[in-house]
Amino acid sequence: MGDAPTIHANMSRILDIVIDRKAQIAEMNDQVTNLLNPMQVPVTVDATALGKVLEVIVFADFNPIVQILRFYPASASAYLGFRVKLQQSTPVRAAVRTADGVWHVGGTWVNTVGGGCTAPSAAAAAPEWQKQLNQVSARQWQSGELAGRLRLRVVHPMDTGLVAGIPAFHLQEIRLSDSSDQALMRIETFEPVSENPVFTLQQKTAGRVKAIGRDNNGNDFSVWIEP
Amino acid sequence: MKHLLACLLACFSTALVAAEPAFDYGLQAQRVADDVYVFVGRDEDFSTVNGGNIVNTGFIVTAAGLVVIDSGPSLRYGQQMQRAMRQVSPAAPLQVFNTHHHPDHFLGNQAFAGTPIVALEATRQGIAAEGNTFAENLYRLSGDWMKGTESVAPTATITSGRIQLGGRALRLLALNGHTEGDLAIYDETSGVLFAGDLVFNNRAPTTPHARIERWLASLDTLEAITREPGFSAIVPGHGAITRDAAPIRQTRAWLRWLDQAMRQAAADGLDLNEVLARPLPAEFAGMAVGMREYRRSVGHLFPAAEQEALGHAH
Repeated sequence: MGDAPTIHANMSRILDIVIDRKAQIAEMNDQVTNLLNPMQVPVTVDATALGKVLEVIVFADFNPIVQILRFYPASASAYLGFRVKLQQSTPVRAAVRTADGVWHVGGTWVNTVGGGCTAPSAAAAAPEWQKQLNQVSARQWQSGELAGRLRLRVVHPMDTGLVAGIPAFHLQEIRLSDSSDQALMRIETFEPVSENPVFTLQQKTAGRVKAIGRDNNGNDFSVWIEP
Repeated sequence: MKHLLACLLACFSTALVAAEPAFDYGLQAQRVADDVYVFVGRDEDFSTVNGGNIVNTGFIVTAAGLVVIDSGPSLRYGQQMQRAMRQVSPAAPLQVFNTHHHPDHFLGNQAFAGTPIVALEATRQGIAAEGNTFAENLYRLSGDWMKGTESVAPTATITSGRIQLGGRALRLLALNGHTEGDLAIYDETSGVLFAGDLVFNNRAPTTPHARIERWLASLDTLEAITREPGFSAIVPGHGAITRDAAPIRQTRAWLRWLDQAMRQAAADGLDLNEVLARPLPAEFAGMAVGMREYRRSVGHLFPAAEQEALGHAH
């Protein structure tokens, strides 16, 4: 049980990947909702200290599906918060490619009771989700310490395909751009991203943002997020 | 070489003997009032050291036998509870109540085979549906203390009302909020209120099935009982017994703070990791397992608060 959830990468010393290890250990002792946490492990990747970042790959070594997501920051910061499903305790890492062509790798060990990838989504047991598939709720913050923050949640089961009888069904891409169609960030999402994913981004200033996304079955969405 | 081997063997067997645990919960009945006793658990989380003895169970000695309130976290606990009760009274168990469907309160049921085990309908359903999953998880957390333990559902259901058991008047209160069914039992003869997990004392409340609004309403109902002339003590589900309503007020303050903190964090735009990293307010800093329960509660409660704070995008 380390006290500092922030892990400095060995190689870069400036890439922070924040994963709440204490929460994982605490949740191991959760007698009742022992499946809740491995399905919603919070991960924050902050590569803002690395200068111009072109690409970030997030992966979990021991997950049955190793790749979690990739993101390509444009005018938004090289910062992303999200949640993942983990099947067992594993290192979770972020590899960051900067404009000079160098890859910087950071990561941390996550303890979890596991089972996150082979437990059915809540949606799989409740048909109501179909009416809300790809519905987006979002908000931007314009003042204070978190000015420029954008959070969005997409209703999607994010089924991994590893549960018997439930095929893989997940969001593949979300593109965020401003009102003049300038890209903020592109996010590629894979099966381990949590059900009904929530993303936290950081822009320089709040403004009208367009979010466009699609899943692996060709369902898409396109919404405006007002500041 | 032979000497070394002998030494190794000797050391190894000594270690084996020393490592063999007795699995003794060390249950000692604490007298709360005439004929009313409680086994007070530790202010901890489940571990292989405490074997799950983190819960308060109790019994009332009546003319017809022992009324047992919760059966503990394992078969061994239930068996040891029976032995410890015999130190107080030779009478047999008359009836077992399960206050709610969390595993530390009912997994000793197996030791009371042949005795009626009663609970609220929601509790019976919860045990039937989730009991085995809970038991499996406790095997993981408590290890061999759990040996032989299986989930046994209540044999009958009860509702609110005043009943007579062995000539003793018990007031049953069907409440909820900590879970879907939370039974509190007021022994009118002694004025002792068995509050179940609606009330925690200096130990942070657990919230995996909590509905805070309803829980707060249930606390009001319990606090009203403490104002009755005959009231003498509260037995919380976890933590020390008190003679006043302080643990009710403390549980209420924690729940109100937690609810408000989740809403505020969501409105402020915090990410889950940032919410988890927040410190406890000073008034709760001394509560047992406070930070741990806060973090668990964030996992249970923050997603709903977050969803409420995010607006619909078109």
